[in-house]
Amino acid sequence: MGAYLSSLSFVDLAGRLPAAAAQGLFWGIMALGVYITFRILDIADLTVDGTFATGGAVSAVMIMKGVNPWVTVLVALVAGLAAGFVTGFLHTKFGIPAILAGILTQYALYSINLAIMDFKANTAVSSATPNLVMTGLNVNQSLLVCFILAAVIIAIMYWFFGTELGSALRATGANQEMSKAQGINVNRMKVVGLAISNGLVAVAGALSTQYSGFADVNAGRGSIVIGLAAVIIGEVVGEAIFGKKLNFAGHLIFVVVGAIIYYLVYTLILWLQMNPNLMKLFTAIIVALFLAVPYLRSKSKNSFAKAGKQSKKEA
Amino acid sequence: MLELKNITKTFNKGTITEKHALNGVNLTLEDGDFVTVIGGNGAGKSTTLNAIAGVWPVDTGSIIIDGQDVTGLPDFKRASLIGRVFQDPMTGTAATMQIDENLALAARRGKKRGLKWEVTAKEREFYREKLKLLDLGLDQRLSAKVGLLSGGQRQALTLLMATLVKPKVLLLDEHTAALDPKTAEKVLNATDRIVAEGHLTTLMVTHNMRDAIEHGNRLIMMNEGKVVVDVKGEEKKQLTVEKLLQLFEKASGSEFANDQALLG
Ligand SMILES: Nc1ncnc2c1ncn2[C@@H]1O[C@H](COP(=O)(O)OP(=O)(O)OP(=O)(O)O)[C@@H](O)[C@H]1O
Ligand SMILES: [Mg+2]
Repeated sequence: MGAYLSSLSFVDLAGRLPAAAAQGLFWGIMALGVYITFRILDIADLTVDGTFATGGAVSAVMIMKGVNPWVTVLVALVAGLAAGFVTGFLHTKFGIPAILAGILTQYALYSINLAIMDFKANTAVSSATPNLVMTGLNVNQSLLVCFILAAVIIAIMYWFFGTELGSALRATGANQEMSKAQGINVNRMKVVGLAISNGLVAVAGALSTQYSGFADVNAGRGSIVIGLAAVIIGEVVGEAIFGKKLNFAGHLIFVVVGAIIYYLVYTLILWLQMNPNLMKLFTAIIVALFLAVPYLRSKSKNSFAKAGKQSKKEA
Repeated sequence: MLELKNITKTFNKGTITEKHALNGVNLTLEDGDFVTVIGGNGAGKSTTLNAIAGVWPVDTGSIIIDGQDVTGLPDFKRASLIGRVFQDPMTGTAATMQIDENLALAARRGKKRGLKWEVTAKEREFYREKLKLLDLGLDQRLSAKVGLLSGGQRQALTLLMATLVKPKVLLLDEHTAALDPKTAEKVLNATDRIVAEGHLTTLMVTHNMRDAIEHGNRLIMMNEGKVVVDVKGEEKKQLTVEKLLQLFEKASGSEFANDQALLG
């Protein structure tokens, strides 16, 4: 025990925090995409596990062909939009349940991602490449760039969801019956929402690839859970601090904050020399718990067991 | 203004639950007609309103609104012509959005939705004026989430939303049935005022015979997917519950089997 404790260095932990924050920031962008489907559209979209890897693959391959890294992020965005469009198309035109449509696209993307990378499971990005949007070799600069990117994306989302089109999209998630009665093409809105969401996820995938120096066909595995974790942690923390006053912009900001907290905890676990492979288990438990809380809370107020006890007491 | 020609609709065709919900509905509404609709459970009242709104395609017949044949259009493409208030107060509004946001959505019914900012300050002023007329205190709560409102407030808001862009036809399906009597009265009064002010062509389904008699200038009764009684003009003004029951028995050859309506 003593040996274990003395092996823990706070200087070391402090040194790791900026990298954790940088990682949290680009996962925060991914989580903003998840927020659009999960919270705004009320759809659980599993496409993202594939799209995250697509963004990375597109970016890595193009960078190795000499394309400017910033341009590759834009191309990743377009690829993500297309992937989301396919899921939306399968869902709205063919009546495939959204969750299944997402799984199908994600499954197909595995092959497509491999094809993009010339049928290799991963592609390295030379860290000597000039103009990388972010790189693990320069954490502080990456942190700054990613912070600005996240802020710009939040600002654009805040604006978009305040426009006529964005409001129609929010209405679609809130109440389809009402939306249709107000002349909104709810199917089109779902496709638009899924596309934007996956666009953001692909951007995050591209950033992740440039930061880590390689693209991997498995990079996105389980990313939906991390995205959900970020959304949920952000909500809990945001509402704990600001209560009901947390407005839409606040929610978006706290999605990113949630992702940063997630990666800080992740770093802490690594620092404590716990097995990082257990992180997936912890994450799943945390997400399951937080998803269960609202349900259990309403049930505890309104349960048969309670009614039964009450009845016995009165008898 | 509204013309229904021989509308039929069968649900679950070819299965054991097959149901002929509409068996040739014919109805023509003049501009400004305020028609109350009564009939027993399952008579086809809601189905008729859903057919007009385009919730699903009809089997046969045609629906013409303001001279335009809309039979082939899905609901969201007809929405520019139609205002709707539903029975369930939850259905007509978006609970997680603010009052002004809900109204702004309704203000754009039938218009192209682009990248313009949705709720402008000028619009909010306009909504505030409209809400004041409802006299439910909503004009002070423009930024409140609709989920915080009572059922009556939500129905009144839905009514306002349905008429913010003047509809060619206003469809009210038992829109006060879920409310307590006092609130129902308030919403009905608002309905009368808004319909009169806008000279709106209206179909109002109700289970309350007295309301059906007291409101509107025309009354129809449905039975087994058909319009079986149609009373207008002076005759409508002279109508009583007893007379209405007689009319129904004559038209359908059976007694009006609906205690709820009798009690009303
Ligand atoms: N979507 C549907 N699918 C299957 N059957 C339906 C559907 N909508 C209505 N029906 C059936 O059609 C018949 C007419 O229903 P409708 O809702 O129009 O009655 P109503 O006159 O509005 O009655 P109520 O007073 O109970 O509201 C009923 O037998 C109903 O069960
Ligand atoms: Mg009905």
